Amino acid sequence: MYEFAQTAQFFTGFQASDLGFLAEAAGRTLLISVLSISIGTVLGCGFGWLLSVSRWAGAATLGLVLDAFRSIPLIIQLILFFNLFPIIGFPVNPFAAGTFVLVFYTSALVAAVARGGIEAVPITTRRAGRSLGMTYWQDMRYVVWPIGLRAVMPAWAGVALGVLKDSALVSVLGYVELLRASQILITRTQEPFLILTVVGLFYFALSFPISRATARLESRWQQ
Amino acid sequence: MEYTFHWRPVFRKLPDLLEAGLLTLEVAVEAMVIGILLGLALAMIRMSGRRSITWFATSWIEIARNTPALLQLFFVGFGLGAYGIHLSPYWIVICALSFNNAGYLAENFRGGFQAVPDTQVKAARSLGMTYAQTYLRIVIPQVLRIVYHPMTNQMVWSVLMSSLGMLVGFRELTGETQFLASKTFRIFEYFLVTAVIYYVIVKIILAGSRILSWRLFRY
Repeated sequence: MYEFAQTAQFFTGFQASDLGFLAEAAGRTLLISVLSISIGTVLGCGFGWLLSVSRWAGAATLGLVLDAFRSIPLIIQLILFFNLFPIIGFPVNPFAAGTFVLVFYTSALVAAVARGGIEAVPITTRRAGRSLGMTYWQDMRYVVWPIGLRAVMPAWAGVALGVLKDSALVSVLGYVELLRASQILITRTQEPFLILTVVGLFYFALSFPISRATARLESRWQQ
Repeated sequence: MEYTFHWRPVFRKLPDLLEAGLLTLEVAVEAMVIGILLGLALAMIRMSGRRSITWFATSWIEIARNTPALLQLFFVGFGLGAYGIHLSPYWIVICALSFNNAGYLAENFRGGFQAVPDTQVKAARSLGMTYAQTYLRIVIPQVLRIVYHPMTNQMVWSVLMSSLGMLVGFRELTGETQFLASKTFRIFEYFLVTAVIYYVIVKIILAGSRILSWRLFRY
């Protein structure tokens, strides 16, 4: 072992196999983002509905909590919850803590969007639906959902893309996603410029198609 | 629960935290001001329609919007080091934040300018206004009204993003908290107090923005 350590090279250049390592890490970024965005969106829609139904009580309780998630830096939320779980007796791994925080962060952002969507539907339209004999939930499903969705789809896509990029912060807890992987490679290769560029391209490849697609969808819906 | 909370070391260091909070605000405002100027320039370039220069603005905007702010920060902090450019943590944060703010604001400004009909400019010009007058009296007031809300949001983001400075060794509010917490291991307590400080800063910005908007948009 000792001989090996003497002959071994400390720094080795960027190799093709490292791209595989980065791709794997990009998969983890995608995993934690998709998980947080999907659960967070479902929760957020529920919260948004609650906020739109009970203006005062909702805003005073739920609204306040969700507002805190939007007004405190994500990095602090991550550190707080990562340290809180062991205190209350549930030591968790970085992935679980990161997903937990990202889910509530997403839901707080989506709640504001969803509420806007519900309120974007004119009350007269909904009354018309109800007087045609629709139940409350039928009105929600066949009137509010289609109209509201179109109004807030771009905003929701913005939230989703934001979470995809913000998931980079989970690296602070030690979860090896794309950004953390780049740090590991930089330590080994000492080529920060090259590796950060490659990682930037990975993020760009994940984010750009979605932002283009929503921009196109938005312009098509406006016509 | 076997953990005992110790708040006293945190409260003893509260003045340090508040001072760091001011530094956070300072950096966020500076990055915002630079971001507004750069964002305006980028929006102008992008709207000019000249292929030879629009590619520059377009790629700036798309890179700023489609990669994580943290990656941009690392790029300025570590990536440029490969070319012998070593900045202090303060300048790393300012540069990265300004870059990011400019990218997002440029798109807001472009949307704002496009929302003002071209015919208004023509009408103002035919009434004998100079270009400068047209812009100052007709276009800018309307654009400002459209971009005011997104700009407030971006200001809040600027404060929240400045917390990333911790990761390049900048001792703003988050960095200072990390520094103090690592000395006493009261991580949860420190970060909870910091979270409250951030919350207050953000609320002050939103309230200030609302008061300013009453003054600005009276008619």
